[in-house]
Amino acid sequence: MALARHPDPAWRGRVTATVVCLLLLWPMLTASEFKPWLLLDAQSLAAAGGFLSDFLRPAHDPEFLAMVARDTWQTIAIASAGLTLALLGAIPATLVITERLSLSRLGTRRMRVSSRIVRQLLRWVLVFLRSVPELVWALLFVRIVGLGPTAGVLAIALAYAGMLAKVYAEILESSDAHALDSLLANGSPRLAALLYGALPESSAELVSYTVYRWECAIRGSAVMGFVGAGGLGQRMDESTKMMAGGEVATMLIMFVLLVALADIVSKLLRRRLG
Amino acid sequence: MSVRLENLTVRHLAAKPDAAPALTGLELSIAPGEQLALIGPSGAGKTTLLATLACAHRPASGAFTVFGEDPWALSQAARHRLRARLFLAPQTPPLPPRQRVVTSVLAARLPHMSLWQAFASLVKPSDPDAAHAALSRFGLGDKLYARVDRLSGGERQRCGLARLLLSSADVFLVDEPISALDPTLAQHTLATLQNEAQARGALLVCSLHQVEMARALFPRLVGLRAGRIVFDLPREAVTDAMIAALYDNEHVAPHPDHLHESPDRIAVGACF
Repeated sequence: MALARHPDPAWRGRVTATVVCLLLLWPMLTASEFKPWLLLDAQSLAAAGGFLSDFLRPAHDPEFLAMVARDTWQTIAIASAGLTLALLGAIPATLVITERLSLSRLGTRRMRVSSRIVRQLLRWVLVFLRSVPELVWALLFVRIVGLGPTAGVLAIALAYAGMLAKVYAEILESSDAHALDSLLANGSPRLAALLYGALPESSAELVSYTVYRWECAIRGSAVMGFVGAGGLGQRMDESTKMMAGGEVATMLIMFVLLVALADIVSKLLRRRLG
Repeated sequence: MSVRLENLTVRHLAAKPDAAPALTGLELSIAPGEQLALIGPSGAGKTTLLATLACAHRPASGAFTVFGEDPWALSQAARHRLRARLFLAPQTPPLPPRQRVVTSVLAARLPHMSLWQAFASLVKPSDPDAAHAALSRFGLGDKLYARVDRLSGGERQRCGLARLLLSSADVFLVDEPISALDPTLAQHTLATLQNEAQARGALLVCSLHQVEMARALFPRLVGLRAGRIVFDLPREAVTDAMIAALYDNEHVAPHPDHLHESPDRIAVGACF
């Protein structure tokens, strides 16, 4: 193609960014020992086949099913209680770190030094909360409060408060600011401006992320069960150790059902808000 | 004086320090209850001037006083209280598409509502009658419980102005209120704004692209071009030549004769 007379000034930057990303990806693949062809090795295929065939016969005696139901209920309780506690921390934190709600920025594009410091400090606290894996939080709380669901609830609350606050703030910042800015410019208090100007735009996204996190909390509580934090995970740990593939399969089916349930709830809520 | 600007220079907040200022050396004083139209070509700085007057844009230098006070010398809280007295209606109506009209309009009262009242009004509108009355004055009474995204562009624009009627402001800063309206509605909408301002004794600054309408309806015209005030005169003193010079544009060749020109275009075109 002939040289364009009005070359896109962003073109070179985009190409450079793509090349740099590809160059960075290669060392990451080697570092993570990414060798997909190992999966097709005859020995691995045989092992996987044996494992999977055991899974084809999920355990279904009534006594076991009743126990699974009880543990499922406990898992849901852990996830919901953990997420609720996380929200209690995440919502106030979101309100503090969302820069669009800054009054000192209004008309100057500059925040006051004091508010910038408060926002940054809180951001660091949130980074700390979510950079410690929930499994590690669970191990810590199992030491403090003993084996059982409480440790799982607390671990989810802490780790998820950090994630929720960060993503909530980002969702609020990436929506259209016109309505919010206009309310603030006309003297509305910030929380009211958030309710009237930003939430109508972002509520569907906020709800969908929250339900997705609930889903993650269910999976997370399974993993944390392995370190003694209660729920289906703890039972799964026992069944795995007893090599009871059928029991593990039943519990996995429960997880699939729970995740599917979260999906339906999210869809319904989004449709209601959309 | 309600509003006074002295040698005011305003820069775009995101601009580089060496970029030309958006507004340069503005001198303007507006008395309470005065109504003036702000005219000038696109990019002249009309919107920036309105934002500056609304304390939504901090000037770079010069003196700016509202009700005898420099808003940028006040504390942040006091300045924010002052903003409730200055109503800025942006050109694009600031209405969230998924909100109901009643909620959008009642949002004008947020500065005087507690957080709890604001929250409760989201669930059950606090004063639908007042919202209905405000909307009716713009011919939108039947849209009270409609969702904003069901409204047409012109309806949204008037819905944004209905918010103005519910505010407690005594300075109205309205940016191109009739850009999406047909001539009849435009006339009616401007009249409603002017009546409300008069009834309250509020100051009304209205930026307009419809020069003929500005000349017909507003007693005082301010011409803005390239960030400077070109003229600031009672309407009788504004001549066609001044308007033509205001809109003169060297980047766009004058249009050849065209049938069905609108009157203000003819006025401009005649002088090219």
